[in-house]
Amino acid sequence: MWVYEKKLEYPVRIKTPNPKMAKYIISQYGGPDGELAASLRYLSQRFSMPTNEAKGILNDIGTEELAHLEMVGTIVHQLTRGVPADVLERAGLGAYYTDHDHAIYPMSAAGTPFTAAYIQSKGDPIADLHEDLAAEQKARATYENLINLADDPDVIDPLRFLREREVVHFQRFGEVLRIVQDKLAEKPYYVKKPDCMNPVFKR
Amino acid sequence: MNPNQAKLLKEVMAADFTLIDLNLYLNTHPYDQNTIILFNNCAQRARMLRNEYERLYGPLTAQNSTTKCPWQWINSPWPWE
Ligand SMILES: [Fe+2]
Repeated sequence: MWVYEKKLEYPVRIKTPNPKMAKYIISQYGGPDGELAASLRYLSQRFSMPTNEAKGILNDIGTEELAHLEMVGTIVHQLTRGVPADVLERAGLGAYYTDHDHAIYPMSAAGTPFTAAYIQSKGDPIADLHEDLAAEQKARATYENLINLADDPDVIDPLRFLREREVVHFQRFGEVLRIVQDKLAEKPYYVKKPDCMNPVFKR
Repeated sequence: MNPNQAKLLKEVMAADFTLIDLNLYLNTHPYDQNTIILFNNCAQRARMLRNEYERLYGPLTAQNSTTKCPWQWINSPWPWE
């Protein structure tokens, strides 16, 4: 189960609103390579992981991604706090304001609402871990794009932190992949015994 | 999981659930002094049970527990097993 801690993983203190930047950064809240997708992906995949190292990493990175989701939500909130409707409209957030006012809603930069179609949970640890490695690289690349678009150091600083965490996650997933491959190699059959070979299904 | 561990874990779960429920109630009744006293007592009891469980069977959280070597956190069983 989970327990909430009343603090951010890394400080976010943005003094100058910037709705245009908020419109882009919302993608890491509910976009295709965002933190919500990351968390749901790992927390769902952990149930079918075959080693304790893999279970631990999926569980704990999935948990850290929730802390990142909170940081990204905080950034978007502080970038739009108190900004009048007409200014939001000029920054391209007129449609967002219509449906969500100043609330935080999980969607991509282009306005697509969050969907579980962004993630997979395959029941095959090798396939899942490869997806996770790719996901971390895609998230890193997105943070780099956002850093290129930003000019306020108050915004760039937490984005840099989040980018660095993606690099660390990628490293840990790489280690887990090797541990899982070694474990599966001990067995006489290939990557994973298909369910159709299970005697239960022959009856 | 041996029966003694399962029994103590159930006590920890019950104590923690009491706190979850009182927490929600107090969020909307922040001046209810009697319930705050009850909450504080329950929190103390939950902490005691948790310490006892962790001493005997290993960490319930990765970061608020200490561990021996090798790192005990990843040990089975996980809650879904
Ligand atoms: Fe990540």
